[in-house]
Amino acid sequence: MTVATDSPAALDGERRSTGAPVVFDNLTRRFGTTTALDRLSLDIAPGELVALLGPSGCGKTTALRVLAGFDRPDVGRVLVDGQDVSHVPAQRRDMGMVFQSYSLFPNMNARDNVAFGLQIRHQRAAQRRAKAAELLDLVGLADHVTKYPHQLSGGQQQRVALARALAIEPRVLLLDEPLSALDAKVRAELRDQIRALQQRLAITTVFVTHDQEEAMSMADRVCVMFQGRVEQVATPSVLYSQPATPFVGQFVGVSSRVPVTRRGDRVEVLGREVPIRGDLAAVPVGELEALLRPEDLDVVINPNGLGVVTHRSFLGATTRVGVGVAGTNLRADVRSSEAQDLEVGTRVDVSVNARDVLVATPRPAT
Amino acid sequence: MASLEFGTLVADPSTVDQPFESDAPANRGRRPVRWGRGVILFLAAVYFIVPFYAAMAFSLQKPTGGFSLSPLSQIASAPGFLSALWLSTQLAVITMVGVMLLMVPTVIYVHLRMPRFRRVMEVITILPIIIPPIAYATGILESAPAWLRSSQYLLAIVYVILAMPYVYRSLDSGLGALDLKTLVEASRSLGSGWISTIWRVLVPNLRSALMSASVLTIALVFGEFTIANVDNWTTIPVWIYLAPTDNPRVNTLVAMIALLATCVVLTLIVSLDRSQSRNSRSSS
Repeated sequence: MTVATDSPAALDGERRSTGAPVVFDNLTRRFGTTTALDRLSLDIAPGELVALLGPSGCGKTTALRVLAGFDRPDVGRVLVDGQDVSHVPAQRRDMGMVFQSYSLFPNMNARDNVAFGLQIRHQRAAQRRAKAAELLDLVGLADHVTKYPHQLSGGQQQRVALARALAIEPRVLLLDEPLSALDAKVRAELRDQIRALQQRLAITTVFVTHDQEEAMSMADRVCVMFQGRVEQVATPSVLYSQPATPFVGQFVGVSSRVPVTRRGDRVEVLGREVPIRGDLAAVPVGELEALLRPEDLDVVINPNGLGVVTHRSFLGATTRVGVGVAGTNLRADVRSSEAQDLEVGTRVDVSVNARDVLVATPRPAT
Repeated sequence: MASLEFGTLVADPSTVDQPFESDAPANRGRRPVRWGRGVILFLAAVYFIVPFYAAMAFSLQKPTGGFSLSPLSQIASAPGFLSALWLSTQLAVITMVGVMLLMVPTVIYVHLRMPRFRRVMEVITILPIIIPPIAYATGILESAPAWLRSSQYLLAIVYVILAMPYVYRSLDSGLGALDLKTLVEASRSLGSGWISTIWRVLVPNLRSALMSASVLTIALVFGEFTIANVDNWTTIPVWIYLAPTDNPRVNTLVAMIALLATCVVLTLIVSLDRSQSRNSRSSS
């Protein structure tokens, strides 16, 4: 499979990083008959935040665990700062990690949790306490230093866990779905805080998530994974606007699938011929569908139109309108001021305004 | 890596989510009297207290009527008592250390790396309870090397095996209450090796399990008679049964004191554990 990647060097810019570059070099990891990682390769620049995004079982957590040293690849290497760490034990990798489940040590208060890694490194007690207090202050928990984990909320516990991971000044920060157990409001706050901290400290960060909103809003680049393989590595905007594969097009953002007829390097979609995006040689033969973003479609009221408005969802500046056309459900974004007339049942015309479209074979019926 | 410099990137305290609230005391009304429970508790108390009272009465009753504490003063001077107490204490300590060193890493390893093996472990560790002690003692004495047969360490090794069922179950239950995998991985990612992780992270969080395992081990050593007797060691239970004393009431009194001491230690451990939990919860 051809993997589309943006160069991490291009993202470096003028950033002065304290983080280390990370390279996944052709990693393969099998569990019995299941291949969790299938020749995974990825370069991460110093100070970059890369999100590993994909559905359950795509191998993103396995990749993180291999990087952390909790698992070993069957084939391939992990390079950190140019050194092969594939066989270095987890405790010698200098990687701070925040886990999905609450991982604070229940017998220690917040300060002792943060100072734990420093204690292991034989720092003096006064230094440990001072640094722990500084970090807890940094994550907004200065008043909670003596509290035990059971006295803290989920969001506070994850903040302490973040401070604890940063205390050891790690070469790489690993975030294993740290927000997934939190409610929406706390998740949004902590997401912004983690990103701000990561940018301030310029620490190389690998963030595993199945939530595309989290990945797109936090990451410098997003690595979309499927069945142990990298589908595409790109900046969030490129990933959204130029998905390299049908899987990415479907998984990232919202897409409607419309049956199309191919004519050379074009397809006819909703009565208009549109160029096919990407490598024509890779376009499958046979029946095809175009993947259309909500903003790729225009909806106009027409009493004789072939489409019928099936639902409306107010999103703020825009309204997402569902339109049924010849047995296909399309989703289009319309300016909310114009969407007021689009009552459910209204007849409309739908057209494509995209410069090109991604095509794929139809999904098997489930 | 260069030292990190931290600025003043502080979350707005007003937006920091609040800690969990404890359950509101909405249902603090008077509880209905549960007569069934009371009756069962009373019967259980009678079942345990009456024999204890009878034995204490037998030990402390004067021939002329009334009670006297004078048998207490005779305990220390009873022939062989102190050496039996010393031997039992040594065995208790050696057994406790031995069984913990054996079982703590084993149970952690099984939980972490071989969770499917837990059922097998349960069966294996229950064998010392199923096999009759006399068969067990005979087998071990026959198979032990000559140099070990004359050593009290052989008895300690046997006790380690006998204590396994109790220690395994305590630890299994304690570890089951922890998110073991995450705690171990968090500790290791922070630079801690296995021994340090067990000592600094797991053992403190297994305090209750370790305490109950210790008490059960001590109680087992101070109560085991058959194997010590077959192996010709005069431990406290053997002394109570066999030691020639002028006053058999002293032997009974020692047995009762041992029982009482075990109860007191158990109560203290439970109280201490509850008190520590309460203190840590109320420190906010």
